[in-house]
Amino acid sequence: MGEITALTAAELSERLATGEISSVEATRAHLDRISAVEGDVHAFLHVSDHALDVAADIDARRSSGEELGPIAGVPLAIKDVLVTTDMPSTSGSRILEGYMSPFDATTVERSRAAGLVPLGKTNMDEFAMGSSTEHSAFGPTHNPWDLERIPGGSGGGSAAAVAAFEAPLALGSDTGGSIRQPAHVTGTVGVKPTYGAVSRYGAIALASSLDQVGPVARTVLDAGLLQDAVQGHDPRDSTSLTDAWPSMADAARAGARGEGVKGLKIGVISDLTGAGIQEGVSTRFREALDTLEANGAEIVEVSAPHFEYAVAAYYLILPAEASSNLARFDSVRFGLRVTPESGGTVEQVMAASREAGFGPEVKRRIILGTYALSAGYYDAYYGSAQKVRTLIQRDFANAFSHVDVLASPSAPTTAFRFGEKLDDPMAMYLNDVTTIPANLAGVPGISVPVGLAPEDGLPVGIQFMAPAREDARLYQVGASLEALLESEWGHTLMSQAPQLGGKH
Amino acid sequence: MSTAELMDFDEAIEKFEPVLGFEVHVELGTATKMFSAAPNGFGDEPNTNVSPVCLGLPGSLPVVNEQAVRYSISLGLALGCSIAESSSFARKNYFYPDLAKNYQISQYDEPIAFEGEVEVELSDGSIRRIPIERAHMEEDAGKLTHVGTSGRIQGADHSLVDYNRAGVPLVEIVTHPIFGAGALAPEIAKAYVATIRDIVISLGISEARMERGNLRCDANVSLRPWGQEKLGTRTETKNVNSMRSVERAVRYEIRRQAAILEAGGTITQETRHWHEDTGTTSAGRPKSDADDYRYFPEPDLLPVVPSAELIDELRAALPEPPAARRRRLKTEWGFTDLEFQDVQNGGLVSEVAATIAAGASPAAARKWWTGEITRLANARGAEPTSLVAPESVAELTALVDEGTLTDKLARQVLEGVIDGEGTPAEVVDTRGLAVVSDDGALIAAIDDALAAQPDVLQKIKDGKVQAAGAIIGAVMKAMRGQADAARVRELILERATE
Amino acid sequence: MSEISEEQVAHLASLARIALTDDEITNLASELDQIVNSIAKVQEVATDDVPATSHPIPLRNVYRPDVVGDTLTQEQALQNAPDDDGQRFVVSAILGEEQ
Repeated sequence: MGEITALTAAELSERLATGEISSVEATRAHLDRISAVEGDVHAFLHVSDHALDVAADIDARRSSGEELGPIAGVPLAIKDVLVTTDMPSTSGSRILEGYMSPFDATTVERSRAAGLVPLGKTNMDEFAMGSSTEHSAFGPTHNPWDLERIPGGSGGGSAAAVAAFEAPLALGSDTGGSIRQPAHVTGTVGVKPTYGAVSRYGAIALASSLDQVGPVARTVLDAGLLQDAVQGHDPRDSTSLTDAWPSMADAARAGARGEGVKGLKIGVISDLTGAGIQEGVSTRFREALDTLEANGAEIVEVSAPHFEYAVAAYYLILPAEASSNLARFDSVRFGLRVTPESGGTVEQVMAASREAGFGPEVKRRIILGTYALSAGYYDAYYGSAQKVRTLIQRDFANAFSHVDVLASPSAPTTAFRFGEKLDDPMAMYLNDVTTIPANLAGVPGISVPVGLAPEDGLPVGIQFMAPAREDARLYQVGASLEALLESEWGHTLMSQAPQLGGKH
Repeated sequence: MSTAELMDFDEAIEKFEPVLGFEVHVELGTATKMFSAAPNGFGDEPNTNVSPVCLGLPGSLPVVNEQAVRYSISLGLALGCSIAESSSFARKNYFYPDLAKNYQISQYDEPIAFEGEVEVELSDGSIRRIPIERAHMEEDAGKLTHVGTSGRIQGADHSLVDYNRAGVPLVEIVTHPIFGAGALAPEIAKAYVATIRDIVISLGISEARMERGNLRCDANVSLRPWGQEKLGTRTETKNVNSMRSVERAVRYEIRRQAAILEAGGTITQETRHWHEDTGTTSAGRPKSDADDYRYFPEPDLLPVVPSAELIDELRAALPEPPAARRRRLKTEWGFTDLEFQDVQNGGLVSEVAATIAAGASPAAARKWWTGEITRLANARGAEPTSLVAPESVAELTALVDEGTLTDKLARQVLEGVIDGEGTPAEVVDTRGLAVVSDDGALIAAIDDALAAQPDVLQKIKDGKVQAAGAIIGAVMKAMRGQADAARVRELILERATE
Repeated sequence: MSEISEEQVAHLASLARIALTDDEITNLASELDQIVNSIAKVQEVATDDVPATSHPIPLRNVYRPDVVGDTLTQEQALQNAPDDDGQRFVVSAILGEEQ
């Protein structure tokens, strides 16, 4: 790992602004790092062949005196769920292999406008269905902390790319924890913004009422810088909020200065801290809370009695919406077409194409969702799940009437080994127990690293959640904790990550 | 089914009570699609009026067209419906290659408009009230072309898909069951569709050209023995795309079902297809448990909650109701009862109104639409409204008024216009059909005719003016009819007095 | 209790247009059975007095002006097509009918 790739996006931005480092140099350094470690990590499904040209253009514009955005020239990894005009977009699925979008996702468009340099597209569970990237049609991504373990999912590629110093920033998407859980297991920072804060246009839909695009980074400030670049109203997404958003980077800077911790009321969700949480995860979680308490925060236990129904509701709503969203992959306008040997009607061609193009987890959820919506079952399943959604929103409203933010471990366990949960879908699904409630309620959530579990030396994250539209509060709290922990430790967590690729 | 297997209509009505129901789809004439900013222009070069949303491309998202919502509310109000305080979109899930997302965005349990009533006037001047259950917004599908020997879906080798029509805004108007129609069922069916068409046109929300599919009718028919309370099994006849066909299709289904029931058979609940050429329906897809559309609330779209101010604004802007409009027009146009009914029964009120608006006299507009255009339409098995635009008819009457065309020439020009040769003026030019107004040419023709029949000139000079008729005939023949006979007569008489 | 039969899975697969193999159907029937048993608990608290939530953040009347915007060229429209005739998408013969 070289000096440039070790920089945070904020640090790199400063050096780009002063001309100390050019965007071409920064981009080349990251492309070299990708070449060195991808054999181990496999974070990318596609690496851009023209990132250096984009970087050179940024450099030329800067040297011509053009006023560029705060992170212009910084390299960016993009989760393959976001469509791009200059690179294939597959959402991790064989059915979309080689698909070229005629338009950019709004977040990609805004990233380009901010001068970010797309390095490539990152690996993910197929159509973002999974918690390990083992469901990618193109092979799993490996956790840079232990290559035998999962990097989380679905956005394991984005988290691993950032954790392996292949990119300082990445875009992810979070439907039930796909940004936060990978951040937790890779020692990185991931934010699921308020539903509607960041445009979904161009994000290949998994579950429309749960999906949210957000930033992945190694520091809270970096995540804030990326959210600043992509957030805000988009008329092409009806669910996009029209709010004027404050700068998340400013909130992070304020937090890093220690503002806001004194008197902060943190609610610990007792329902998410009990059974099923790995001991080392619990330990680091409690220590982080102790640190905040020692600096003036008030920790209170809160109850969210309906959170225990969240996973069940989620695994009805998500498959139902997904079964409909994924119907468009029918081999007519785009995507894989498989014609049965005997020829066949269009119905048979569609069915054969979907059989061949979708992996087992996708088929499982499509069938489950079709079941949940079918005549005679709707009220019992989908209808009930939507009511649970209301109850969970009420739990949040009730909790936020007492506290400023809620806290829980970001996930129940540290990174598990490949194959450990692959044959037990329900065990895999329960891994999302901590992250799902935020998606059901639309509230923002952040995962910030809080150390390594004593028993396995793997990263642990804490999750904070805030009321809808209060994303800035999360950045402030997250950056406060990050600064306090780093001063306790005397180093960043990521500096403890194993070296990869045989180079330093 | 051969006619032998149909029951005589009068006998069918004697034995069974027909119960009707209609689902009319109206394509809204917005500039853009229901959920995307692509142009609303079906019929252009295939797959050019499409956006990522129309093709259901990965990552695309729908956004509601505000004008389509306004049009839908206006239509709901014109149908006498209540407008929902909150209405929402839902996904109707089924796979079909013309449906880009393999779900249709429609409305399910919360339609924008519900519970209304439409007054329909029959040819005897009586009024029927048709109860409206709901009107809801949805999107149209793309267009399939079947390639193969038959050109039909059966036996096609493969099919081609054009998504220009995908996402065109639709309002579907659904009636409650219509009871008590009796022998008037076919006429009520036609009059209902004609009334919906008039309403839509007067609102200015659709071109409502049935032959282009702007307005499409599915007709539900069931029969039950008179006096029986329980409804019979119904069929839903699709593709009924002219007012005349609606009438014929309902008549056909009554006769077909009556024959089956009379023979002790049962009616299959199914969709049926109307065949314009044979005037029959054929069995389509049976309704079954497989029709599981798995409706659920469309998560990509938000509820439509129209303000009271918006509804008031749209209500205030409504055109007068069809019945009042008919009374007013009849007076304005100075038509007799019989004349107006002629127009009304032909479903031509909107066409005549538009023709008059374009400059024609009421009498001329009525004469052309109920006369020559209707005659040509019948000859071609088409709907008069599908043949020619009101503007063209007005232009034709202007050409007659200014003397460029005689009535006879005008009829030829009309055929040219209908055959797609251009505007009336263009047809006059290309076919060279204008009246010859050059006296020199006429005089030369007269001299030729007089030279051929020297005795006639003497007869005229002797005061037998009627003898000029023979010369006029010869001149008109020589001029291939493109002369003003009165002028020819004048010129002959001048010649004779020289 | 087995709630989901193989016949049911086969029917769901046909609704979802996936040509599942017999093995897949067998496996899915047992997997779905387990999954459904554990997610059916939503019914415990979904009482009549609780309204359903379909959108996490309540918004209403989100509209677009009726003005032509983003439109693809024919070439763009067809660029990912598995089969086309230069103007339209080509699909094999259709068995069923329009809905």
